[in-house]
Amino acid sequence: MAGNHTKRKDQTVGITRRELLRSAGVTAAVGASTLGGVASYAKTTQQAENVVESPEAYEQLTAEEGLLLEAIADHLIPADDTGPGALEANAVRYIDRALGGALSDSLEAYHAGLAAFQRYCRSSRGGDFMELPHNDRISALIDVETGAATGAGVGFAGSSAAFFSMVRGHVLQGTFGDPYYGGNENFVGWDLIGYPGVRTAVTENDQQRLEAGELRPYRRSAYGWEEFEKATVSAARKGLRHAD
Amino acid sequence: MPTRLPGTDVVIVGLGAAGGVAALPLAESGLSVVGLEAGSRLTRKDFAPDELRNNMRAWPFTVQKTQREIPTVRPNQLTPTTQGAIHPMMNGVGGTSLHYWAQSWRLNPWDFKVVSEIRQRYGASRIPEGSTVEDWPFGYEELEPYYDRVERELGVSGQAGNINGTIDSRGNPFEGARADAYPMEPLRWTGFIEQMADAAQSLGWDPFPGPAAVNTRTYQERSSCMYHGFCNRGGCHVDAKNSTAVTTIPRAEATGNLKVVSHAHVTDVDVDRDGRVTGVTYLQDGEEFFQPAKFVLLASYTYENVRLLLRSTSRAYPIGLSNNHAQVGRHYFSHHQGASVSALFPFDLNAWYGLPAQGVAVDNWADDNFDHTDLDFVGGGNLWVYSDRRPIGAAGMNTFGLVPNWGSAWKAFISKNADRSNTAYIQKTTLPYESNYLDLDPVVKDPFGHPVIRITAEYKQNELAVAEFMQEKMEQWYREAGATEIVRGGLGRTMGVSTHAYGGTRMGDNAETNVVNRFGVSHEVPNLGIAGASVMGTSGARNPTLTAQALSWRTAQHIVDQWSTLAD
Repeated sequence: MAGNHTKRKDQTVGITRRELLRSAGVTAAVGASTLGGVASYAKTTQQAENVVESPEAYEQLTAEEGLLLEAIADHLIPADDTGPGALEANAVRYIDRALGGALSDSLEAYHAGLAAFQRYCRSSRGGDFMELPHNDRISALIDVETGAATGAGVGFAGSSAAFFSMVRGHVLQGTFGDPYYGGNENFVGWDLIGYPGVRTAVTENDQQRLEAGELRPYRRSAYGWEEFEKATVSAARKGLRHAD
Repeated sequence: MPTRLPGTDVVIVGLGAAGGVAALPLAESGLSVVGLEAGSRLTRKDFAPDELRNNMRAWPFTVQKTQREIPTVRPNQLTPTTQGAIHPMMNGVGGTSLHYWAQSWRLNPWDFKVVSEIRQRYGASRIPEGSTVEDWPFGYEELEPYYDRVERELGVSGQAGNINGTIDSRGNPFEGARADAYPMEPLRWTGFIEQMADAAQSLGWDPFPGPAAVNTRTYQERSSCMYHGFCNRGGCHVDAKNSTAVTTIPRAEATGNLKVVSHAHVTDVDVDRDGRVTGVTYLQDGEEFFQPAKFVLLASYTYENVRLLLRSTSRAYPIGLSNNHAQVGRHYFSHHQGASVSALFPFDLNAWYGLPAQGVAVDNWADDNFDHTDLDFVGGGNLWVYSDRRPIGAAGMNTFGLVPNWGSAWKAFISKNADRSNTAYIQKTTLPYESNYLDLDPVVKDPFGHPVIRITAEYKQNELAVAEFMQEKMEQWYREAGATEIVRGGLGRTMGVSTHAYGGTRMGDNAETNVVNRFGVSHEVPNLGIAGASVMGTSGARNPTLTAQALSWRTAQHIVDQWSTLAD
């Protein structure tokens, strides 16, 4: 729920799944580039899943798809000097939930696109996305973004650019959207861009304080106001009508 | 067989911006009115400040009848059609006036006399080749009392620039003479809007606040605007946006003479042997009804007005109702709203709150407000800078070619610049042409097997020249205000499905080239009226809604005044 932060740390090892994900990536990158293969990402993941109870049980995406999508999201909006990124916002949880409702039309595109993406990484770079060195991961994503991810058996439906554009759009929604939908956890997205928050009234004085840099950011979901109907939120696009 | 319902004096098809206005004078006159609306009745609780739902998922209009009948589009007869993903208009009591921007412009006097004005000032050769534009059957002066009435009945805020010929420099010096000031003060300005106004003044232009059907004080016992930033594609949570759902429709219902029927999907307008309409057939939850009426007022959106007419064939009207002159679907055009200009500033604009009707306009380059002698086009555009920003949209901002679209460099860029960009809204003169039209798609059908509308339309040389000229002016304005980066959108070509769709049932005195007469009543069917922008023959450089509403009121008043003639 909105603003209800749940830190999903493993009790035993004391690291989060996203830390594992990142360290795995780094290990794989270092391993591939300098040390000649220390621990493969797959192996690390396997170990991780042995000790960390799956922190995010995805409902629409398989565990493998979820991990890959998290990795992609982590590259699109990484945690860095400017603050937390898409993983901290739980953008993939948002996408997974939405794929069971309002974005259900896109579920097949995710299944097919993520598989094609992995095939492209193997055929063009010689390994699964997370096993690749950092620069290869970036260049593979650029290929997908620009529609250049083609080749025998890769099989993006249409252009890979359409898949990239869809994923980027949904990662933005999951990072900067209302937390009611499962993303933007702890309002990290709104903090990142300095959004002063959802309000139901903005007086002239509020606007003047905003312009003077004196308006305190307000951190609340739209549905924190009881007056608003929530039934329409998950309405599937295929429905014919609103309820009266 | 459909269930035959008790008869009524007038049936209105569509209770949106136009039909919702017509309902009031009709009901107040004592006529019995049935208002058929395909959508449902939405209220404040449905209008959460939710960008994801409203702007990203395009609620409220995705869950709609309109989405089952999205028009197909092609630029010309030689190019295959494509189908868009969404229809931008919504069904609902109040229609798109529930969630529109609420900009409530009057047309300027020039817009009513485009042909004669161009001829007189520049010569007939300057009317673009292939254009079917005509003068309106009357001038601005004829519509002024109806503009005035609708501004008061709905509640429009704004700053007058010309009251009975006296120019007020705070308003638009180019507007037609008004009988009176707006009933409410204009929406307030932000610091950035002030800054843009100052820049316009230093260029020698005449900036002014735009008119809006939004309350700036308690009006008719409804709240003033809360400026919370979710007006664009959102309904109002305090009923400060003056949609017909909170103004004319409830007042018409209060007379006891308007019966609103929601979820009513009208499929046919029925005709007798004499060529008079007898009522309409509609579906509601899978059940078919026939609503008899002495007078039928079609007031759905442009595409559906045309579709219903073309679908309703009979012995009297073999190629569509009121189409024996083959004019239904002709003279179609949609506003050229593309050819955008975006700017990046080296300071925060504080645009997170506000609404798209809150802003500063410049009319110096609209219509014929400047000399076109040495230019290669006629008409112009209205420049509009407004306050409207929400977080997902802000994060997805144009990066002005300075960084990639993702990764750490991008993240640092949006972290700094999310509140530093602005995109102007520039509405430009668009004319009707012989080769731009609506008809029924020969292939694509809605779930009932009824063909959808096919749009065959593209911007011509005049529209593209206007677009380029207006981009120059907008860039000049932004630079004057301190913009450091500018990006221009493409000039456009195909006219897609639009929220500003005009023509198709054009109004004019000549029955050979127009579907309805100067009162909005069919030239061919004596008891059929049509309301909405489908009757407008020119667009001007500003939003159509208030003009469609003023015309709708005028048509309704005509029905009332001439009832004994029209209904028999």
